[in-house]
Amino acid sequence: MVFFIARRLLYLVPVLIAVSLLTFSIASLLPGDLAYVILGDQATPEKVAALRADMGLDQPILWRYLGWLGHVLQGDFGRSFRTGQTVLQAVAERLPISIELMLLAQLGALAIGVPVAIICAARSGGPFDRFMTGTAFGMLSVPTFLSAILLIYLFAVELRVLPATGYVPLAEDPLANLRFFVLPSLTLVLAEWAGIMRVLRSDMIATLQEDYIALAKAKGLTPSRILFVHALKPSSLTLVTVTGINIGRLIGGAVIVETIFALPGIGRLLVSAISTRDLIILQGVVLLVAAGFVIMNFIVDTLYAVLDPRIRHGHA
Amino acid sequence: MTGTPLLSVERVAVDLPSARGNLRAVDQVDLSLDAGRTLGIVGESGCGKTMLSRAILQLLPKKARLSGRVMFDGQDLAHCNPETLRKLRARSLAVVFQDPMTSLNPVLTIGTQLIETLQAHLELDMIAAKKRSVDLLAAVGIPAPDQRLTQYPHQLSGGMRQRVAIAIALSCEPKLLIADEPTTALDVTIQAQILDLLAREQKRRHMAMIIITHDLGVVAGRTDEVAVMYAGRVVERAPTQALFKQMHMPYTEALLAAIPKLETPPHTPLPAISGRPPDPTRPTKGCSFAPRCRYSAGRCESEKPPLVPAETSAHQFACFHPIKIAAGVGA
Amino acid sequence: MATLELTLGEDVQAQPAQRGRRLGPLFWAAIGWVVFVFAAAVFADMLPLPSPTDMDMLAWRAPFSAEHWLGTDGLGRDELSRLVYGARVSLVVGLCAPVIGFVLGGGLGLLAGYFRGQFETLVVGSMDVLLAFPPLIFALAVTAFLGQSIMNLTCILGVLSIPAFMRVARAATLTLARREFVIAAQALGATHARILIRELLPNVALPLLAYFLLVVAVIILVEGSLAFLGLGVPPPIPSWGSMIGEGRESLDVAPRLAFIPAIAMFLTVLSFNLVGDTLRAITDPRQGAL
Repeated sequence: MVFFIARRLLYLVPVLIAVSLLTFSIASLLPGDLAYVILGDQATPEKVAALRADMGLDQPILWRYLGWLGHVLQGDFGRSFRTGQTVLQAVAERLPISIELMLLAQLGALAIGVPVAIICAARSGGPFDRFMTGTAFGMLSVPTFLSAILLIYLFAVELRVLPATGYVPLAEDPLANLRFFVLPSLTLVLAEWAGIMRVLRSDMIATLQEDYIALAKAKGLTPSRILFVHALKPSSLTLVTVTGINIGRLIGGAVIVETIFALPGIGRLLVSAISTRDLIILQGVVLLVAAGFVIMNFIVDTLYAVLDPRIRHGHA
Repeated sequence: MTGTPLLSVERVAVDLPSARGNLRAVDQVDLSLDAGRTLGIVGESGCGKTMLSRAILQLLPKKARLSGRVMFDGQDLAHCNPETLRKLRARSLAVVFQDPMTSLNPVLTIGTQLIETLQAHLELDMIAAKKRSVDLLAAVGIPAPDQRLTQYPHQLSGGMRQRVAIAIALSCEPKLLIADEPTTALDVTIQAQILDLLAREQKRRHMAMIIITHDLGVVAGRTDEVAVMYAGRVVERAPTQALFKQMHMPYTEALLAAIPKLETPPHTPLPAISGRPPDPTRPTKGCSFAPRCRYSAGRCESEKPPLVPAETSAHQFACFHPIKIAAGVGA
Repeated sequence: MATLELTLGEDVQAQPAQRGRRLGPLFWAAIGWVVFVFAAAVFADMLPLPSPTDMDMLAWRAPFSAEHWLGTDGLGRDELSRLVYGARVSLVVGLCAPVIGFVLGGGLGLLAGYFRGQFETLVVGSMDVLLAFPPLIFALAVTAFLGQSIMNLTCILGVLSIPAFMRVARAATLTLARREFVIAAQALGATHARILIRELLPNVALPLLAYFLLVVAVIILVEGSLAFLGLGVPPPIPSWGSMIGEGRESLDVAPRLAFIPAIAMFLTVLSFNLVGDTLRAITDPRQGAL
């Protein structure tokens, strides 16, 4: 098992390096001389040149990359020229919001998707199964921003029970905070539960046809034991993958949702960094987000080994 | 001596609707088995023997239609309620499937799969269940049984896995054990060991047993009775010794001839049965074996031969032109 | 499956229960809708529609009428016409972007699955790197670099779809490369190129094409999302996403402005999903008998 983890960790390193390289390249290629942007109205050719020399902008790109990387490895991601915050400070401010949104969305999606999938698989072909499968399929065709508007229209405009936008920190007022998170999380749940449900249902239906399920029945085990112990475990691999990928993605901030509901999360941070050409923030945050995603994948792979002993022992 | 038989299969038929029409997998089969006796069901792939076993076990696929009665211990399994059936399982009726790699759950430990059976039917606490599991594994000949409890099926060899499957089947002292091709997926060297294990346990526990196989050699010497199936029907049935001494149905004779023997000179071509089994979605009017039978004549094409008794009522066969000369080998 | 989910992946398997289902009425209805939208978009110029950019300030937010079948939007432009021209954008981007992914991703996946070894590790690793990026951010950044236009949008989304196609192609190739017909060809001394082109490519192309349609659906959604945020195709070219975005402001008075393009988008995406899903169930090599 240790070998397995060590091997996967080794693979992480080159990927992270490549990610940092790509991030840096994209940020560097954005048009608009950074020095001009920073100086704004006060830009004169001399000042621009001085600032460029000062920031090392006239050095070859590889040099700048290595310099940046060096700083990063020491924990210094740089400082936003607009707000003066360090990247880490900006992230620390916004991360809790994105994480809260991500957690609520994932938990909600799992809470709906998993039970529905199990019931559908147990009664596959029946009316409930067909209805839920059709509904899930339909939901997958609805874009996030559309669900967002529909929910806003329904709950904020017509029924006026929930706020459309706004945010209050959790520490300040948990109840109000949750009120503001209901619609955004619900929007994401509507999109995510369908994917989870389809994947788990499909795997479970396949598993239920296996010989070992027939044997479990022949042994006279209760139907619930067969379903939850014998069938669920081998079927959860794809579910773990999808959930892991979704979490990894949502860590990057659900841009659409954050924009529509005016939540100050990581997604909006990135969008504003792009529009204001705040490259330091852009580089640093994208690197952190991408690294988070890669690490999330790594965790998912490790979970595989936990769930399926064949993989653990190098068989499957 | 024989009161009511333990298992009585009465006019059981299994139909499978399929895209190409109705498939009659089992066609009006009657069987009976007394407690403590062994029955061998022999036939080639597709003859319906597995479907028959699933019908007895009430493990047919969802689309299948069962007609007839399966009387076990006085109850009709085909028409009793699911909870009663569930309680019967393992305690009275147990099964060993063909491939232990697929019949054991790959993500659960051997211990879990054994203990859960015990706890589902016997009132045992964890310690007692564990002890009993270790004893069971030892009884089926698995070395270091206590270590096996925490191991997974893929960590054992094929023969070991099948022993585990047998241990699971025997765990609640069933009255009837059905072994569906128990050795087909195993190495030849292991096959005899597993069969001997089954025979030994059967005698020791005075258990009824059904061995399903395509190999006549497997049932010789290990069963009390044999039923030969072809195209969904029983075409010959007899006490084992009688069958081997005197077969009547040409299909049985052909089956026996197809077993390679040590005494034949080298390079003798194996007398395989020419032709193929009939398409079960197109039932024929006459005997299903007629197209491949070297004795077939007029009547065989137009009428289905019924099962008629031979010298003794225990020996039955379905053929219009049975073999008269003793062609069998002493079992 | 939040904002940009371009990695539906072969993980979402076609349900075995549906495999036997032939092409039912829903399938044909979906095809019908797609053809209808396609035709409307292609022949938009020939239809008797007012220009989508003509603003009639005397009749803004007008309800349905004989002159404007679906009413007008906040700037007095004809809704129906904008809907039809908006279909163009969605379809052009939706159909062209996946082509990039299909060719490049499919090709890479085919080669990776066939040659295995370090090449495969390199390809898979590169895709992992690409996937690690928040896709929307990637699209936004590159649009800032290159400017907002249909061409740029198509290219970016096309590139973003490469990993998904790579995965599907690789999975299909891995399954097929071990089948007897490939081994037979190798035994006969066929070159790699011949095996790849004559034996594997036709068989891998089938599930890839089915997947293509699913990607079209996703791309339409993504383009819609970008347009909704005002970051898609620049005005005055209408796009369903931007129409929905504009309609958002008048949700309380004229919800139809948002919902009409929304329904159009939903139906189109649903249709592509339906057709793609059905075709994938039929062409998945893992479920086929050899």
